[in-house]
This record gives sequence, C-alpha cells and structure tokens, in this order.
Amino acid sequence: MKLLTHNMLTSNIIKGVTKGYPLKIECQQIEIVETEFNKEFLEKMIPKIDYGVLCRAADQIGHLGDLPKVLPETSDYNEEFMKELHRVLLKVEIKEGNLVCPETGRKFPVSNGIPNMLLNEEEV
Amino acid sequence: MSSGRRPEHQAPPEVFYNDDEARKYTKNTRIMEIQEQLSYRAMELLRLPEDDPCYILDVGCGSGLSGECLSENGHFWVGVDISKSMLDVAGEREVEGDLILNDIGQGLPFKPASFDGVISISAIQWLCNADKSHHNPARRLLKFFSTLYACLRRGGRVAMQFYPENSEQIQLVTTQAMKAGFTGGLVVDYPNSSKAKKMFLCLFAGGAQQELPKGLGTEESSEASAAFVAGRERTKKLRNQKVLKKSKDWIIAKKERRRRQGKEVRPDSKYTGRKRKPRF
Repeated sequence: MKLLTHNMLTSNIIKGVTKGYPLKIECQQIEIVETEFNKEFLEKMIPKIDYGVLCRAADQIGHLGDLPKVLPETSDYNEEFMKELHRVLLKVEIKEGNLVCPETGRKFPVSNGIPNMLLNEEEV
Repeated sequence: MSSGRRPEHQAPPEVFYNDDEARKYTKNTRIMEIQEQLSYRAMELLRLPEDDPCYILDVGCGSGLSGECLSENGHFWVGVDISKSMLDVAGEREVEGDLILNDIGQGLPFKPASFDGVISISAIQWLCNADKSHHNPARRLLKFFSTLYACLRRGGRVAMQFYPENSEQIQLVTTQAMKAGFTGGLVVDYPNSSKAKKMFLCLFAGGAQQELPKGLGTEESSEASAAFVAGRERTKKLRNQKVLKKSKDWIIAKKERRRRQGKEVRPDSKYTGRKRKPRF
C-alpha cells in the first residue's frame, strides 16, 4: 500500500466512528518500488491529498526525506519538490504492518501490501 | 453464465473466488478477453479525458485485469475486492494500482471526494444475494452506494457492468443508487442479443445535468443489423451459384463435361435445351 492510498483511507465504515481519519500506521516492513513519474497527475492530486497527514505519516515511518513540512505556494512547485512528493506518495510501499483506527483503536492488518478492511458482523 | 448455474448461487464471493477460480483469471484467455472488452467499454462510458491522468476506483477489481486497461491509458487506480485469493493473484501480476481487501456491502473506506471516476466489472450482482443470516441486500446496496457517492468528486461518473438475474434485481439496484443521490440509469448494449447483451449502470454524482450514453446495437442502422443483412445476401448468392437442374445452362454444362470425358455427345445447336411447344 502506497502512502497516497493511506491518505485516502478512513475507518468510518465502522459503526459509531464518525471521521476515522487519519489511520495510524504501525509499520513492520517497507519496500521502495519504482513507479513512473507523472507531473500532471501529482499536480492534480495535490488539492485532493491532506498534506499534513501525508507528512506525519511519512515522518512516522521514517521516509519523510526532504519533503517540506508545510505545502509550498503553487508558484513554488519546483522539480525538486515534485520528485520528493512522487517518492513519498508513490514509491514508499507499506508491505507488512497495521492500520489503526484513531477513534476505536481497531487494527486493520496489512499483509503483503494489502490492507484488510473487512469488518466483523457486530462492527457494521 | 451460459454454462449452468450462476456463481452467486453457489457460494459467497470470498468463498467462490478461491485459489483455483482466481487462477482462471490468469490462465483462461477467454475470460481475460471478455474482461478486457468490458473494461474498455466501461472506460468509454466513463468518458475520461484523453490526456489527463485520473484517479479511479475499481470496485471488485479481482486479479486487476480491468486495472491494467486503466494503467494502459495512463490513469492511476485503487482496487477493492472481497476475495483474498483474487487480490493475491493481482499482487503476483504486479499490477500498478493499490489493492484493498474490503466488503463493498460494508461500505467503502475512503475519505470524501477522493476519486474522479469508478468502474466495476461483473461485481455488484453479488450484493443482491444474502449470503449470511445478518445480510440484507437492500441495506448493503444502500450502504455501498451512499459511501460510493461520498468518495466520488462532484460531477464524477460511475460505469458498472453487472449481470442481474431478473428485473427485480435491476429495480433493486437502481432504486438504492437513486436513494443514495445518484442520477443516471441503465445502459444496455445489444439488447436484442442473448449473448452479446451487456448491462452497464451509469451513474453521475451531482454536478451539472448529464446525458446518459446510448447503448451499442440499439439504433435501426446499427452494425449488428447491417451484418445480418450482409449475411442473408451472401447465402442468396451462394444458392444462385448452383445452376437449376434441366435448365439450358445445366444441359450445356453436362454435355461439356461428358465431351471432356470422351463420350459421344450430340453437337450443340439452337435447339439445345430449348423448351418444347405445349402442343408437341
């Protein structure tokens, strides 16, 4: 699972959870995968992602690198920033670990890069 | 589907799509071809911009065949599926999208306005069945559609191909989709063919009023009917190639043939093969 996907995931499908965002990451194994750099896509995704959540998540798993903690102005999107954003969003992959609901503490295991978001009968 | 019972009647999806069944989606070229065709058609119905990479959700992504079509067109995607085996196969095939194990009847776990569009191939008919005692198809469908509506950006489109079992199921699915706030409806390709007939649920999440795309093979002068006429002409021509027995052409051809065989044949004259007068 990439950090881009983590940025979109919530646990608000659990009964009684209103926001369920952001999910905490308990990370056991990380892999860096090569993906194609697509500037247009990144530019399009910037308004959609929660930048603060992304930075905290990247920092938590130790892959923040040179990504600025505050989103720069639109005019300051230089090559360097885009490359860093691409690396954090699409190259860092969580292979094994857990995603934890911030409200209930319910753990969603991640195995082989696939988070398991299945709920039990009583949680629906 | 033509070969016997519907898979929905055999077992719940997470059980039906086991390792053996999942294997078929990498080995069986016929399954793969159909999946690919349906994915391209669904993408066409989504009307995604050509050279603009979009962020798409694939509902019931399975082994990621439809996702590959999306990647080929430069889009990024996330896939959800209830079958672990299918997702494992997708993982082995190293598809580009991220995969999530999720029961869509329990809702989609995404924050609001995440996706530009949604595609789904042969998945949502599974929601019409109650596989567990606590399952209520109408409630699960509503949960699915309302969370889908939420995670789609305003004006986003949905194209979902599905195999409804009867008209009640179509009714059930569309009612729940409308209840969740979607507009749009059903697009049927080749409605008069039992085999080529395919149903797509095309939905719009708010935004400006949008026109529902037309199904293939519905107009009078469509390719399907044209092909049919062409076929009939061809058989007519074939029939005409054989000369009518006892006709002049037939007699001349027969005499010619026997001449070639070296037999004694009367020479052709103006009377050859001519009809006698009735009073003869």
